[in-house]
Amino acid sequence: MAVSQPRGDAPRRSRSAAAGDRVFLFVVNAAVGLFVILVALLFLELVKGSWPSLHAFGPKFLWTSEWNPVTNQFGALPLIYGTLVSSLVAIVLAGVVGILAATYLAEFAPRWVARPLGFVIELLAAVPSVVFGLWGLFVLAPVVRTVIGPALQKYLGFLPIFQGPISGVGMLTAGLVLSFMILPTVTAISREVIVAIGGDLREASMSLGATKWETVARVVLPASRAGIFGALVLALGRALGETIATTMVIGNRPQIAASLFAPSYTLASVIANEFTEANGDVYISALIELGLLLFVVSFIVNAIARLLLWIVLRTRS
Amino acid sequence: MKRSLSSRHAASWIGATVTALCAIIGAAILILILGYVAFAGARALNPAFLTQLPVPVGETGGGVGNGIVGTLITVGIATLLALPMGLLGALFLALFGRGWFPEVVRFLSDVLSGIPSIAIGLFAYTLLVAPFRHFSALSASFAFAILMLPIILRTSEEAIRSVPRSIREGALALGLSEFATTMRIVVPAARPAIITGLLLAIARVTGETAPLLFTAFGSQFWELNPAQPMAQLPLQVFTYAISPYASWHAQAWAGALLLITAVLVLNILARLVLTPRTQR
Amino acid sequence: MRKSLALLGAALFMTVAPVMAATQLTGAGSTFDYPFFSKAFFEYGKTHPDVQVNYQSIGSGGGIQQFTQRTVDFGATDVPMNAGEVKTASAGGGNVLQVPVALGGVSVVYNLPGMTSGLRLSPAVLADLFLGTISNWNDPRIAKLNPGKKLPSTPVVVVHRSDGSGTTYIFTDYLSSVSPEWKSKVGTGKSVTWPAQSAIGGKGSEGLAGQVSNNPGAIGYVEAAYAIQNKMSQADLQNAAGKFVAYAPSAVHAAAETRPDVTPESFSIVNAKCATCYPIAGYSWAVVYQNPQDKVKGKVLQQILEWLVGPDAQRIAGGLDYIPLPPSVGGAARKTLSQMHV
Repeated sequence: MAVSQPRGDAPRRSRSAAAGDRVFLFVVNAAVGLFVILVALLFLELVKGSWPSLHAFGPKFLWTSEWNPVTNQFGALPLIYGTLVSSLVAIVLAGVVGILAATYLAEFAPRWVARPLGFVIELLAAVPSVVFGLWGLFVLAPVVRTVIGPALQKYLGFLPIFQGPISGVGMLTAGLVLSFMILPTVTAISREVIVAIGGDLREASMSLGATKWETVARVVLPASRAGIFGALVLALGRALGETIATTMVIGNRPQIAASLFAPSYTLASVIANEFTEANGDVYISALIELGLLLFVVSFIVNAIARLLLWIVLRTRS
Repeated sequence: MKRSLSSRHAASWIGATVTALCAIIGAAILILILGYVAFAGARALNPAFLTQLPVPVGETGGGVGNGIVGTLITVGIATLLALPMGLLGALFLALFGRGWFPEVVRFLSDVLSGIPSIAIGLFAYTLLVAPFRHFSALSASFAFAILMLPIILRTSEEAIRSVPRSIREGALALGLSEFATTMRIVVPAARPAIITGLLLAIARVTGETAPLLFTAFGSQFWELNPAQPMAQLPLQVFTYAISPYASWHAQAWAGALLLITAVLVLNILARLVLTPRTQR
Repeated sequence: MRKSLALLGAALFMTVAPVMAATQLTGAGSTFDYPFFSKAFFEYGKTHPDVQVNYQSIGSGGGIQQFTQRTVDFGATDVPMNAGEVKTASAGGGNVLQVPVALGGVSVVYNLPGMTSGLRLSPAVLADLFLGTISNWNDPRIAKLNPGKKLPSTPVVVVHRSDGSGTTYIFTDYLSSVSPEWKSKVGTGKSVTWPAQSAIGGKGSEGLAGQVSNNPGAIGYVEAAYAIQNKMSQADLQNAAGKFVAYAPSAVHAAAETRPDVTPESFSIVNAKCATCYPIAGYSWAVVYQNPQDKVKGKVLQQILEWLVGPDAQRIAGGLDYIPLPPSVGGAARKTLSQMHV
């Protein structure tokens, strides 16, 4: 094949191709523009809906602790606490187990094991949240009350987070249920990310004498950092916004307590619990303000996570 | 790093075992839950359950036929809404990489994924139900699509990104337009991972109840028109599960079993049909 | 001549045609009413196949919201709409009519190992249990009410509904009427702030019952129908006449009979004064517009609701562990419904 073979009809093709490209680019940009407008609209609707409550309570909504529909006094502090801590427990547990599981599926497992096993884990994503809630209440809570809780208290009871009465429902149980719910997200996405790492990187490492584990731990996983981060972010989002499963096992008590065994309450749970029965402008708008607050919490948490990632990527490179 | 070869191999073996254990934990949890659901719902699962309309307490028979149809329609329309937009958005992000606007888009997508589904349902209500004074399955599909978008966006971008540059550059060098390169070369190469993301997104919304309360509303009757209120399986599961009646509880669990099975079947079919044999 | 005949025929057809097509009504609201409504409308559909009622239990507040937005034809709520809500709804759709359609009791349920029935509680003790003042089951005040019974030394765990609920309203209404301390500290509402240190919230009756059965020493409250269906331990309560009464349909009926003149403004029947009265019960209400826009649908709605408050439908309710409306209350409801302009 001659290298300098002229591409005879190239000009014509590239003209229509260029036009096609322009349309393509326009469509792509339009889709993204539409997306941004949608998110902005959502934010505006949330603000509009919370207006009476924003007006009545102002910023002290964020640091007062009373949630009283009878006297129409609303404050979200313990709810913010509950949301953050339960999601933190969930992401730590699911992150560790999920990334390790994804590593196994992508690197160590033989194909006849990896496919069905990965499948089974992904299926967890299909379990309806009400099922997680009921299972958590009827199966997991008694186990926490009789087995897990006492064991933690016996061996790690010097830590304040494991002290206090154990009723089976509370921050720990909620965190556990949430971690089960977000595990498939972490595992499935991390696995895809790890698999996508080019074979040459692995081969280079192995040819330098690294063991399989060393290749995985020091070469492949660090190369997948950004993608795994994305998986964790999506999973965290799910944990922050989960309503029904959380409310069935968290005890629904707006309080700030050190112990993980104590009942707690999350922003999303309150909305799920009270919205369908709420009446009165201030009450309903206070609930919508909780939704707005979740938007803001999600915003801040994501911003912090991105900052962390930026720092990590910066220092490593 | 002066460690003996045998200790390094031992570390490798431990690493393999620990990660395997984690994978097994994940699978075990599903089996536990699935087992519980199957145990609680098995007695209500029969052909009538799949094809009949709901009946009140005390009547025999009855089923969730309309809910199954309704969920299929609603999730189907949601996928039609979310997939193109998500893919196009992912293309945008993959093609334009690291500008400030792509970063904003990614960030907004992440923030969106943290908003509770009930708030999204309310948003769909204010946009598509209240102005028309009419509940509809379409408004539910809209809410579902918003829930699916962040997942599809993230996973598709990742998938497209991981297609080796050489493939794309080779296609461009051969004279293909950007559009043709993307649609005929890059996207097909990224297909398996895109499908994983799509299936994850579908699985996520199939079990959601909260957004349905104010959008699709639910129904005791057959309904195929998306502009009307429509029965939804997760709603029925939820209503039955929190009711006082044992017969309804069994139906709730059976319905949940159906939901999980449906997603399982979808997963299998999608993998079998849409993934070319040469790829994993 | 032919043209006018044709016009006459067309006019006749247009008046008859809407009646021939199936009428679809939508209603939303109380979850308490759901089992009753689903069965009653099903039965009604057997004799009136041209009528379809789609009722969804999205909660009383949701029912009022949707009724006010006019996305549904009627709403159902455990607590009647108050003056403010009526005003908002009337602004959009005209006068609002509210009628009681169902009656049910609230049971106090508990989990005491070794004692599955027969626990007696006085109003003061009950209030103190839920206030958190009594924190252990071996408290002498409880023992005094239950001579001869062995009460364990278990901490009290108060379980309440975490979601807004008409059942909570009726229960807190009762506590407010028997305990001034409760009234000032907590008050009445579908959602309240629970003062007891041990209080945990369960979502829905299912969640509440689950928490009660999970925790020895738990005490909670739930719809009587739920307690019966799920064989929970129910406490005997002391009514305003001083007698200890176990939950029974006749006891709730007696309580309802002491106040035959319930109105949306004055609807409480808790702490009724008679020897056989059960002290914690309440109605559930349907709300409709007096002047519905669609007269044909409105007529059908009126007929259904009139049937719903009548003896045949209420017998269906009784079969599902509701209490049939007392005839006087049902009659008053029919009278209110006849005010609909259809």
